[in-house]
Amino acid sequence: MAAPCVSCGAAVFYRIFLGGRVSLARRQGVWKAAAAELQIGAGSQILRLRHTTGVTTKKNVAALRRETYTVEFIKKQIEEFNIGKRHLANMMGEDPETFTQEDIDRAIAYLFPSGLFEKQARPIMKHPEQIFPKQRAIQWGEDGRPFHFLFYTGKQSYYSLMHEAYGKLLDIEKRQNQLQAKGLFSENTKTKDLIGSRWLIKEELEEMLVEKLSDQDYAQFIRLLERLLTVQCGAEEEFVQQFRRSVTVQSKKQLIEPLQYDEQGMAFSTSEGRRKSAKAEAIVYEHGSGRIKVNGTDYLLYFPVTQDREQLMFPFHFLDRLGKHDVTCTVSGGGRSSQAGAIRLAMAKALCSFVTEEEVEWMRQAGLLTTDPRVKERKKPGQEGARRKFTWKKR
Amino acid sequence: LDPGRFLDTGSQGSRSLAAHPGNQAPDDRPRAVSRTSEKDPARHAEQHEGLHYDIPLQDMRTLFPHSLPPRFSMQVKTFSEACLMVRKPALELLRYLKNTNFAHPAVRYVLYGEKGTGKTLSLCHVIHFCAKQDWLILHVPDAHLWVKNCRGLLPSTHNRQRLDQPIQASIWLKNFKTTNDRFLSQIKVQEKYVWNKQESTEKGSPLGEVVEQGITRVKNATDAVGVVLKELKGQSRAGRFRLLVAVDGVNALWGRTTLKREDKSLVAAEELALVHNLRKMVKNDWHGGAIVLTLSQTGSLFKPRTAYLPQELLGKEGFDALDPFVPILVSNYNRKEFESCIQYYLENSWLQHEKAHTEEGKQQLLFLSSANPGQLERLCAHL
Repeated sequence: MAAPCVSCGAAVFYRIFLGGRVSLARRQGVWKAAAAELQIGAGSQILRLRHTTGVTTKKNVAALRRETYTVEFIKKQIEEFNIGKRHLANMMGEDPETFTQEDIDRAIAYLFPSGLFEKQARPIMKHPEQIFPKQRAIQWGEDGRPFHFLFYTGKQSYYSLMHEAYGKLLDIEKRQNQLQAKGLFSENTKTKDLIGSRWLIKEELEEMLVEKLSDQDYAQFIRLLERLLTVQCGAEEEFVQQFRRSVTVQSKKQLIEPLQYDEQGMAFSTSEGRRKSAKAEAIVYEHGSGRIKVNGTDYLLYFPVTQDREQLMFPFHFLDRLGKHDVTCTVSGGGRSSQAGAIRLAMAKALCSFVTEEEVEWMRQAGLLTTDPRVKERKKPGQEGARRKFTWKKR
Repeated sequence: LDPGRFLDTGSQGSRSLAAHPGNQAPDDRPRAVSRTSEKDPARHAEQHEGLHYDIPLQDMRTLFPHSLPPRFSMQVKTFSEACLMVRKPALELLRYLKNTNFAHPAVRYVLYGEKGTGKTLSLCHVIHFCAKQDWLILHVPDAHLWVKNCRGLLPSTHNRQRLDQPIQASIWLKNFKTTNDRFLSQIKVQEKYVWNKQESTEKGSPLGEVVEQGITRVKNATDAVGVVLKELKGQSRAGRFRLLVAVDGVNALWGRTTLKREDKSLVAAEELALVHNLRKMVKNDWHGGAIVLTLSQTGSLFKPRTAYLPQELLGKEGFDALDPFVPILVSNYNRKEFESCIQYYLENSWLQHEKAHTEEGKQQLLFLSSANPGQLERLCAHL
C-alpha cells in the first residue's frame, strides 16, 4: 500500500520520443535496429547520438539518460493508483466511488504524519499524470518524415500556436473590414473583466506545450494575445481564456474576531499575537482614552525604550485612532523587542473587529496582520553559530 | 490674596504670530497660550495652571548655582531663558506654604511620583517663591551625590566614628553662600567654635565667617556645614528669618551607600557626617519654616526602576523618620499642560519637524511620551 503513487501520465502521446537517449534495457535491441534504419534517413542528430552510444560506458549511459516512462508503464501506474485509491477508501471507511483527491490527501496526512518543514518532501498520493512529467512522443513516422509541418522550426507547438492565433487575428480584421465596408460596423465595446485573472506564466506555457521556450518567444506570444483582446472579438473569447488563470483574492482569508460585550455594555475584542518566542494577548476596548496596560503596568514603565512604544503606536496611528481605544494586554516570553512585536500583532488583529473591511485590507497590505515568520535559526554542527563558521586557520 | 494678575494675551498672540509667519491657519478656537507674564510665584493661582513663566537669568544664577537637572540647564542655555511650567502640585505646595503657621513645628512636604514627572522642577518653583518671599534657603540639590562616587573620605575631626567628605561639603558651602549672601552677615553665631589650634570663631560673629572657614579650610568643611545647620535650626525659632529646607533625593539619606573605607568595608549612611547632620535638619523639631523634600529613583542606589512610592524608596527606617509628612503626588501632564508644553517648544522653534504642529503629530507625541514630561522632552530633542 505504500507505493501505488508511481505512475506516468503520457496517455496522449502514443510513442515515446527518446531524443536519442538510451531507453530501458529491454528496448535496446529494438532501438539499435531502429537506429540502423534511421541511419539511412536524414538526421545528423541520430548519427551524432549513435556515436555517443558506442563510446559511453554503462555509468555514463545512466547519467545521460533522462527519465523515460513507456506508455504501458504509465498505464500500469494509473491502474495501480485507482486500485490503491479504492483500498484507501476502504481503509478509511468511506465510499470508494466518491473518494476525491482531497479525501486522499487527508487520509495520507493522517496515516503518515510527517513533521518535515518542506511540504514537497512529505508523502503524497496523487494521480500519475501530476507526478510524472509529460513526455513527447516520436514526432516522425517510419519513413523519417515528421508529422507536423513545423517540425523543422524546432519548437513546433509554439509556432503552430502563434500561427493559429495570428490566423484568428487576420480573420477578425477581415470580418471587421467587411462589416465596415457594408456599413454595419458597430462599436460594441465589450470590455471583459480582466481583473481577477492573469496571463499564463512562462513555466505554465512551457508545461502546456511540452517545449522549451525563450523569454522573447513568451513575450511575443503574450503581446499577440493582448492584441487579440484589444480588437473587439466575440468569437475568440474561449481561445484567449485558455491562456488566463484566475487570481485568488487574498483578503477574504482574514479572520475577524467577533465583538464581545462586558458588564458595563462596553464592546471589546480579544486576540493573540506571536513574535519569535513571545506570546501576547490583547483586549481592545471600543471607547477609551489611549491608555495601554501591559501585565498590569503602564506601557511607559514596561517599555522604557521609545522604539518599543513606536511599535505599539503603529496600528493605531495607521488607522488614525490614536487616543480612542483602551487596551489591556498580557505578554510572556521573548525579549523586549519581540514582546513589543507580539503585542502589536495582537492589537492589530483585535482592532479588525472595530474597523471596516477596506481598512482591514489596508492593514493586511501594510503587514500589520501577518505573523512574522522569522525565528532563531538552528545552530549547525561544525559551525560556531547558525551562519558563523569557526575561525579559519591556514595551518 | 488678591488675584490682581492679568493674562497678556495680546502680546502673546503677536509674539506667537511673529514666531510662525504665515503658516498658522486662522481658526476660530483660541490659540493655545503657553506663557504668562506673571513673574512672581506668589501670585500664581489656578488660572495660571499649565502656563510657563520665566525666571530672570540673574535670579537663576543666585538661586540655582548648582542645582538644576542637567537636561533642564541645557534647555535654559539653548533657549537663553528659563521657563518653568506652573503645575498643580507646585500650586498646592505654594498654598500650604503661604498658610504656614510659623509657631508650629516645621511641616514636611514630600513630592513623590514616577520618573520624569517633574518633581525636581516643582521644587525649583517652590524655591523661587521662597526666595522672592525672602526666606533663607537651604537647598541640597541631590542628596545622592553625597552617598556615591566620593573620593577623599576623611575621618571626622569632630567625632571619631564618622566620616567627612571635604569636597562635597566645600562645594555645597560655596553654593550656599551664593544663594544666601545677604543673610550671612545678619545671622550671628551663638557659640564659640574651635576649628584647630590657630583658628576659631567667636560667639557673636556673623555666620559668613563660618562659611568662609569651611571654604578656605577644606578639611573643616564638613564640620562647618554641621555648624551652619545647627545654627540655622536654633535661630529660626527666634523668628528673624524663615528657613526653607529643600532636599532633592532625600531617600539617599536612608539608603545604602557605595562608599568604602580604605579597608574595603562598606560605609553605612549614618556614618557620614553630612548625612547625619542633614537628617537632624530634616527632623521636625524646630519651627519657623518648612521642609520640602523630593524622592528620586533616578540617582538612587539599589532600588528597582519602577519604585516611586515613599514606602518603597525610603524604606522602613526613612519612612519612620519622616513620618508624619504631607505627601504630594506629581503626575504626568494632563491634556492642557501637554498642549502648553508643545506650544512652548513651537514658540521657541525647538520642534523643526513639519508635522510637529499638526494635530496628528501632537497625538503621536502624546502617545509616545504618554504625557510624561521627561520623555516628552527627550522625544522633542530629536525633532
